[in-house]
Amino acid sequence: MTAATATAPRVLRSPAEIRRSRIIGIIYLMLAAFVLVVFAMGTEGDATFKLAATGDRFEIPDLVLSAAGLSYVAAAFLAFLGGIQLTRGFGKATNIILGLAMAVIAFTFLGWAAAGKSLSLVGMLQLTVVKSVPITFGALSGVMCERVAVINIGIEGMLLSGAFLGALIGSVAGPWMGILAGILVGGLLAFALAVLAIKYRVDQIIAGVVINIFALGITSYLTSSILVENSDTLNRVDIFRAWKVPLLGDIPFIGPIFFNHNFFVYGMYVLVAVIAFALFKTRWGLRSRAVGEHPKAADTLGINVFRFRYLNVILGGMIAGFGGAYFTVGSAGAFDENMSAGRGFIGLAAMIFGRWHPVGALGAALVFGFADSLQAKLAILQTPIPGEFLLMAPYIVTVIVVAGVVGRARPPAADGQPYVKE
Amino acid sequence: MNDENTGPEAEDRVTGEEVDTEPASNGPDRRIWARITGAEGDWRSQVLVPVLAVFTALVIGAVIIAVSDVDLLGLWGDDAGEAFRQTLARIGDAYGGLFKGAFGSVRGVSETFTWATPLILAGLSVAIGFRAGLFNIGAEGQMLMGGMLALVIGFQLNVTIWLHLPLAILGGFIGGAIWGGIPGWLRARTGAHEVITTIMFNWIAIRFVDYALKTTFIQREGRPDRISKDVLESARLPKLLSWIDPQYRLNAGIIVALLAAWGVYWLLFKSTVGFEFRAVGANPDGARYAGMNVTRAYILVMAVAGGLGGLAGSTQILGVLGNATPGFSANLGFDAIALALLGRSHPFGVVLAGILFGALRAGGQQMQVASDVGIDLILVIQALIVVFIAAPELIRAIFRVRAVKAAEQITRGWAT
Repeated sequence: MTAATATAPRVLRSPAEIRRSRIIGIIYLMLAAFVLVVFAMGTEGDATFKLAATGDRFEIPDLVLSAAGLSYVAAAFLAFLGGIQLTRGFGKATNIILGLAMAVIAFTFLGWAAAGKSLSLVGMLQLTVVKSVPITFGALSGVMCERVAVINIGIEGMLLSGAFLGALIGSVAGPWMGILAGILVGGLLAFALAVLAIKYRVDQIIAGVVINIFALGITSYLTSSILVENSDTLNRVDIFRAWKVPLLGDIPFIGPIFFNHNFFVYGMYVLVAVIAFALFKTRWGLRSRAVGEHPKAADTLGINVFRFRYLNVILGGMIAGFGGAYFTVGSAGAFDENMSAGRGFIGLAAMIFGRWHPVGALGAALVFGFADSLQAKLAILQTPIPGEFLLMAPYIVTVIVVAGVVGRARPPAADGQPYVKE
Repeated sequence: MNDENTGPEAEDRVTGEEVDTEPASNGPDRRIWARITGAEGDWRSQVLVPVLAVFTALVIGAVIIAVSDVDLLGLWGDDAGEAFRQTLARIGDAYGGLFKGAFGSVRGVSETFTWATPLILAGLSVAIGFRAGLFNIGAEGQMLMGGMLALVIGFQLNVTIWLHLPLAILGGFIGGAIWGGIPGWLRARTGAHEVITTIMFNWIAIRFVDYALKTTFIQREGRPDRISKDVLESARLPKLLSWIDPQYRLNAGIIVALLAAWGVYWLLFKSTVGFEFRAVGANPDGARYAGMNVTRAYILVMAVAGGLGGLAGSTQILGVLGNATPGFSANLGFDAIALALLGRSHPFGVVLAGILFGALRAGGQQMQVASDVGIDLILVIQALIVVFIAAPELIRAIFRVRAVKAAEQITRGWAT
């Protein structure tokens, strides 16, 4: 029995899987050639990576690598992966290996960009975490809603509203009240989405689009009619300062990247863990997923489909509102028109890329945050690659993922369909 | 949740003045209506609900105007009568300015139709998708890509206007058609949901335009910021009202938009291909069993939709702006979603809705001047209009209108 299950995946690979495996293998080989031609040839000088942030307790020396040498090694590694992928396949580890290959390419790219110069790797990865915060909250909001089969396109609007009230209420009553107001307004918008989608059975995507237009309109309108004139009293909020976690924050390299941030980042870690645990290890999670996969069956078993949908969508909205408050209370200190600038949509992309799983969503958000911080740093290093293409990367990756070229993303089975109780 | 026998419907039957709930009395009315317009459903859901939706949205907009003035809110405690008077005056100023700016002068009408041009085209783009059961959120990106191709043809070629202008417009159509066709192809071949892909394509287009405007080929010489070269005079859409005042921006783009509306009407309701589109939209499985090529229909619908979006972008470039800057699509592609819903996804409805939204855009600027009520209020009004259109039960509950069709499900969710 055990022997059969161990060998079964390789024997019973479907034609689609074999095709996919071939495609990925060819992609590896192409990437190897790309690295060889673009990064390795004609590149001179050493890349200096700074591994320690200023003020660290432990000093670690800089990492100095030959840019060309790094590229040759990376190209060989990718070609090796491609060979195995084409012949044997990686089975269950395919996606992990793919992630590893991407990381290798990213690192090689950095080496190439920083050849002859010095780049603060710590600073860059720290920025990655920071940039991924609103994306992660948006993605978590999406996970909460879509696990009960309600599509939430309105994440962007919820982020924006959370940011607005975070600034307004935060300026009047202090940052904590600002966060609370952000959470509440997110919940309120989600409640509107839930009523439209669940009670009135409005097309969920239309309902979400409406929330985005409404949030953009009302925040811009109120900004120009109220905030601009009173910017000193109504649009200046004390932001949360970074707080270094004792012990964890002192770990060399890792510490400054992950454990020297403000409250929102730690809130993000906790929330990812809590939602992942709750969704997959608790009764609530099992029932939520049942509602999302097969509402009729769930209803037959006595689960109140409507209550679960309302509850989870509102919770999801609150998460987005909290994430929105990050823009003002956690980062900028003041509200600016349309300051979420599409992060909600990247959050949606991160949710899909992360396969509707909280941890996956965090991982995807970190990848997208990396593209964001890379774009910021590359402007300083003056590489020939335009930053706009890096900003495109999350969207292109998402299209590739939903098209099933690299790994099929499977949404909850009833996603987007209203439930009619018989 | 049985809508037929509960709620306002049941109450109405008791208190209502005229009883015409039987479908039979609705029959001939509906059939004639369908023949005139090519649309299903009776006049209540086709005309009454949109009108009431706009009205209700304007009323709520007035409430927002009333409560969004901090000084005025403070006055209510001291002198309620004066506060009431001032609030009314403020609302009157705002909506008076809105109307005057849109229709009060030749200039206003010119502005209304100038804005209506890209709105109608982008609205048609979304509407044709809806008819085929596809949700094209990508009009914004299609406007950008179509507009960019029209721009390049506009400044690069140097031929006579009789050739140059049609080529530039055609280029706009093709640019948009490619940008819309790829999501259509992905949907047909891989099942990738068009809502996700078109949203992503919007952002890719936005970043691409940011990049393209910095390249030496497109960026204007001697400028450090993102602005393109000017379109040559031979590729500009001629201004229609320049004989009154050269300032009036209304251009031949409106003719393109109206022709496109007629073309979409013909395509959807008079041609075989259009019948296939609608059949696929109504029931893809049924259409497949009837021997229609659903894959081809999806690609074609999205290509045509994208082409219309591209036309919207190119009329902006060739008619109004003359050059490209980041975000030259001005969120019109997103307004188009609201507009297509308001116009009931019917080409003629889209034209009317486009004129209304154009009026809101044009009047909004005058409103801002006349009453310092910000122009962003029109976004709120538009969002509210869509809410009431999308959830007609709300209208039914407020106004006791009977026989309103229940909300329709356009998309089928990601799960395929």
